[in-house]
Amino acid sequence: MSWTPADPMVSLRDVHKSFGTLKVLNGVSLDVMKGDVICIIGPSGSGKSTLIRCINALNDIQKGSILVEGQEVNDPNLNKLELRKKVGMVFQQYNLFPHKTALQNVMMAPVRVLKHDKAKAEAAARALMKKVRLEGKEDAYPGELSGGQQQRVAIARSLAMQPDVILFDEVTAALDPETVGEVLQTIKDLAEEGMTCILVTHEMAFAREVADHIYFTDRGVIVEHGPPATFFKNAQDPRTKEFLSQVL
Amino acid sequence: MRYKTDLPVMMPITPREPTPFIGLKPWQILLIALLAFVGPSFAFAQTGIPILTPFAILFDWAPLLLKGFIFNLVISVSAMALGTALGALLGLGQISLSRVTRGFAWFVTQFFRNAPWLVLLFFAMFLLPFELNLFVLKIPFPDWFKAILGLSLPVMANVSEIVRGAVKSLPSGQWEAAESLAYTRRQTLWLIILPQCVKRMLPPWMNLYSILTMATVLASIVGVSEVMTLTGQALAAEGGRPELLAPFYGFVLLLFFAYCYPIARFTVRLERKFAVID
Repeated sequence: MSWTPADPMVSLRDVHKSFGTLKVLNGVSLDVMKGDVICIIGPSGSGKSTLIRCINALNDIQKGSILVEGQEVNDPNLNKLELRKKVGMVFQQYNLFPHKTALQNVMMAPVRVLKHDKAKAEAAARALMKKVRLEGKEDAYPGELSGGQQQRVAIARSLAMQPDVILFDEVTAALDPETVGEVLQTIKDLAEEGMTCILVTHEMAFAREVADHIYFTDRGVIVEHGPPATFFKNAQDPRTKEFLSQVL
Repeated sequence: MRYKTDLPVMMPITPREPTPFIGLKPWQILLIALLAFVGPSFAFAQTGIPILTPFAILFDWAPLLLKGFIFNLVISVSAMALGTALGALLGLGQISLSRVTRGFAWFVTQFFRNAPWLVLLFFAMFLLPFELNLFVLKIPFPDWFKAILGLSLPVMANVSEIVRGAVKSLPSGQWEAAESLAYTRRQTLWLIILPQCVKRMLPPWMNLYSILTMATVLASIVGVSEVMTLTGQALAAEGGRPELLAPFYGFVLLLFFAYCYPIARFTVRLERKFAVID
């Protein structure tokens, strides 16, 4: 079973996950092709975040299959480090390393994990800082940056690993409203460059604009999915309709 | 209208700001403490045999007592160094992924953390041999060395808890971010977690050192010639005159205060500084 770019980059089949007796995912299946931007939306506690955290094995699953470029994630012998080099992740709380400058945050993993040459990694990191429009903030510590700036550093940090797919876990949920736009713009730039993105988000307008495909989850299952044009206009399931009527 | 009266109760009263005791400067507290200690001695001295004032006697003995105090400091620094090294290892053991290592480290930590320091000191004193035979090599274990070992045990256990507590106090997001960037566990620990822990560990660690320094006088009970032992001997040599007790032990108290108080102040300052950064 060799993977080719024509196959889904990420493929979930009947994924089940529970924390103790609490069932969080109840048979989730979805496919993400290379270059796709998919948005997962749904009410709080519906398992969205858990779903994407399973893709880079931050959470393990009890049943089902998750393939990333043909590699099975639900496998006790999985080489998690190899998987995580391919799958980047950006968190709601940014989780920058507070004792390192913005530039160090971005270049540390390439140097330490990928064993890149330090000078090259630094040049690449500076280019990424420019890309996320944070030129001049290289030597700032995370505590000296605004939420939106920190989140963009986090995106640059993830990009520095040159992942094939990036997971965005409600990355604007903790931000002040005025800084949400700059982060969304950064993600939009990535999407336009063809980066495969899986987003959990509450930003409906943004989802409608950038997503190739929308998935609506509730109580651990995917209730409904489709391209944004049809999804937002012709939602079929009553649960989807109710959710959309609340957030739109 | 103003009425002339001699009655003080009728006069307008402007209450004065109370000056609390804690508003005193450290040197003022020291001075008061000093006077409180030496005052009674003068009273004794007037009724006692007028040979030498207690102060003059203390002055004669002070160099020896100071030497003893420096020995206390040597014991405290050595026990701290040894205890910190062992405790750091034990603390890392407590956050190990291996259940066995974790369990073992937890047990050792709890055992020594919940043992009286004096009992541990007695154990070290009387259970360790006075010398260690390594084939041809004979390594002597003098009393002071055993005291260091004995005192380093509770330090070790407390440092272990400080390390574990600091690591646990970091938000789990730091671990997750490191994991998602494909850092190994070891890299995560050494590059990301522990560097952030150092500043969290520093204040409690210094606190522990302060406590240890004050606990070094326990070594007098097992016969190490530190400042308390020497004070006792000096008092005995002066014929056990009761009016000497206060100045001599007061002197010892002042030595410890002069050493530990700045550490405590510095710790508070560090805590405040780090609280602002966090």
